[in-house]
Amino acid sequence: MKKVNIFAWFIFILGIFYFFLPLFATLEFSLRMKKGVYSFEAFRVAFEDPKFYQNFGYSFLWAVLTIIFSLLLVVPTAYWVHWKLQKIRPLVEFITLMPFVTPAVVLVFGLIRLYGKPPLNLTPTPIPLIAGYIILSFPYMYRSVDSGLRAIDIRTLTEAALSMGAGWGTIISQVIFPNIRVAILSGVFLTFAIVMGEFTFASLLSWPAFGPYMEEIGSMRAYTPQALSLVSFGLTWFSMMIMQSLGRGAKGEEQIAVAH
Amino acid sequence: MVMDAKPDSHRTTGGAPSARPPKSRINWSWLGVVPFFAFAIMFLILPSLSIFVRSFEGPEGQFTLDNIFAIFHGRDFINAYRTSLTISLITAVSGGIFGFLLAYSVILGGLPSVARSFLLTFSGVASNFAGVPLAFAFVATIGNAGLVTRIIENILNVDIHARGFTIYSIWGLSIVYMYFQFPLMVLIMAPALDGLRREWREACENLGGTELHYWRYVALPILMPTLLGTMILLFGNAFGAYATAYAFSGSFINLITIVIGAQIQGDVLYNPGLGNALALGMIVIMSLSMVGYLTLQRRAARWLR
Repeated sequence: MKKVNIFAWFIFILGIFYFFLPLFATLEFSLRMKKGVYSFEAFRVAFEDPKFYQNFGYSFLWAVLTIIFSLLLVVPTAYWVHWKLQKIRPLVEFITLMPFVTPAVVLVFGLIRLYGKPPLNLTPTPIPLIAGYIILSFPYMYRSVDSGLRAIDIRTLTEAALSMGAGWGTIISQVIFPNIRVAILSGVFLTFAIVMGEFTFASLLSWPAFGPYMEEIGSMRAYTPQALSLVSFGLTWFSMMIMQSLGRGAKGEEQIAVAH
Repeated sequence: MVMDAKPDSHRTTGGAPSARPPKSRINWSWLGVVPFFAFAIMFLILPSLSIFVRSFEGPEGQFTLDNIFAIFHGRDFINAYRTSLTISLITAVSGGIFGFLLAYSVILGGLPSVARSFLLTFSGVASNFAGVPLAFAFVATIGNAGLVTRIIENILNVDIHARGFTIYSIWGLSIVYMYFQFPLMVLIMAPALDGLRREWREACENLGGTELHYWRYVALPILMPTLLGTMILLFGNAFGAYATAYAFSGSFINLITIVIGAQIQGDVLYNPGLGNALALGMIVIMSLSMVGYLTLQRRAARWLR
């Protein structure tokens, strides 16, 4: 079955074409800012804008906060479920998959209606934004950590450490964490890629971020949006490359994301 | 659920000895998952629940079905749902078929293994490359001054936009969505195709089956649940998308997500209950597709282990 297949080549080349044509067109478009010559003018303009760095910084901050709280929430829960509460694993899994059923725009809608007025007015704080991002990150974070934990014998490791007199701090930091570090990092970088380009939550909750900034530039200028688009693509590419080089064995399943 | 355990029946050592066997001691280990569930209830369950409840609430808080009926009376809402469903269906089916063929070509089509790892890496990136930047990329490709538009104009002397083609249409948006749809299919189908055992093909060949027999009676039936299940996933993926459509077409295309987004930004419908009902409609459609997905997933798990 290892004969060269013309049909397979045709499909493959078509796929590559679909992948690269928009990227190439975006690059070409972004270079056309000066009439008649190709130049990096659009990139210069894009990087000159102080608001670019401001919004980029905000997105970075949201990403870091999301990752920290998501890890604090997901890692102990996944660990605990593996060790003590195998029974409720389907329930936890179901909850972490719910973001697939609840589109971002619907979740924002619910959050604003619920926490946008007293008695619990949270919309002046970034809590709904971060909470929404954490929810968004659940499927990837939980699945990465869960598959990492599944690969090691959590019960034996924990009990061995306990019987040797290790405290909980030691168990988490010396035994569990090093074993699932790769799994955690792949969840972290996927979450990073998702939050950095996210638009729906930030825009509808009116927080500064890279996504709404790009949209704003898109409605004001020509050519610079395409430069920003390439920056964003580079960022996604970068995160995915790190994930790939981290988890040689990581299956494609962990890279799956929903559209924003 | 597990949390309904009554704490007071524990630690009653001072009182009368319990008649129950010692094994039925209360399991305190659920305390470890309280933070997770508290968070999920507060920021996921309650918001969804409030949408559900308020969909059936009138202006004075009384129970009503008016909001639900209003969806079916307003032609705009039905159209918005229809547009969203159409685009989701188009991109799920065509993205699913193309993604499957692509996964097939790199895994079983005899291409060099470089092609395979390259495609999988790129699929990981492309399936995550959505939203605002994706919209800009396609404006630069097939927009009014896009590369492809200009090439067609220069070579064939045809102005596709003058001929009635516009990217701000269902087909235009479908082309854009395809960019993240078929890579997702590739990512899910690749392991499934890998899971097809060599023995199955050999058994088929030994029984005198041809390539066609193998696909018709062995491989496709085994893959079918995964294939359909993933298409459902693609469907939901497109159905819930907001940012791409918003940045791409503004309000040119009346998707249901765009309508709900507009309702959030300002009560454009002048009826908060109606907004909730529209959101509820999305949840119902997504839930139905998820049930279908999980059912098919269970069937797929039988063979692909």
